[in-house]
Amino acid sequence: MYLGLEAALGLLLLASALIALRLKNLLAAAVTLSVFSFISALIYLVMGAVDVAFTEAVVGAGITGVLFIVVLFHTSRRSID
Amino acid sequence: MTSSSRNPILITASRLLAPFIQLFALYVIFHGHFGPGGGFQGGAMLAASILMLRLSVGAERSELKFRKSWGTPVGALGALIFAGTGLLTLLLGGRFLEYHFLPLPDLSRAELHSAGILLIEVGVSLAVMAVLVAIYDDIMEGSGGG
Repeated sequence: MYLGLEAALGLLLLASALIALRLKNLLAAAVTLSVFSFISALIYLVMGAVDVAFTEAVVGAGITGVLFIVVLFHTSRRSID
Repeated sequence: MTSSSRNPILITASRLLAPFIQLFALYVIFHGHFGPGGGFQGGAMLAASILMLRLSVGAERSELKFRKSWGTPVGALGALIFAGTGLLTLLLGGRFLEYHFLPLPDLSRAELHSAGILLIEVGVSLAVMAVLVAIYDDIMEGSGGG
């Protein structure tokens, strides 16, 4: 129905996933992962799955983002590159 | 985290935002069977508001909102509400979660279904909120951080 919108969101999704993979800074990668889950929530919304989109937004952006950041604060870099 | 200096902007903003997030989460829980949302989403939003307070104002002061020791009991209470509703209908002659066997007087069949789903959603949201906060607390406790 909204083919152009879906295609644009899909490209954004792919771009955010690749950026999250390529980033060296782990905190920035965790934030990019929550961007990824927000964009996938928007895709679910465009496809009409409102409940799934709601769950993805709450869990992906709220809970797992917090848990990733908390775990990251307890790690340290061993190598400097 | 363990940093001693806390940003006043973060503290003020999160303390202002938390009640509104919790109010919207309650709306999502109690309106769940008419619109999108439900127990899991509302519980996750409640947990997110508490985790935001834990991160910004620190563990000691955010324990005024939800204590660390409440995690397991509240989670068990939520599971008990869910399973108790189902087993109650089982005991009263129906099948598991067959809501119109609930012992509530003066309610029609459709209203009993609505009330039963509401009970289920309250149980699910309590369990989800308590367990998600307990996971965060266990991670922090295991690493010795505050």
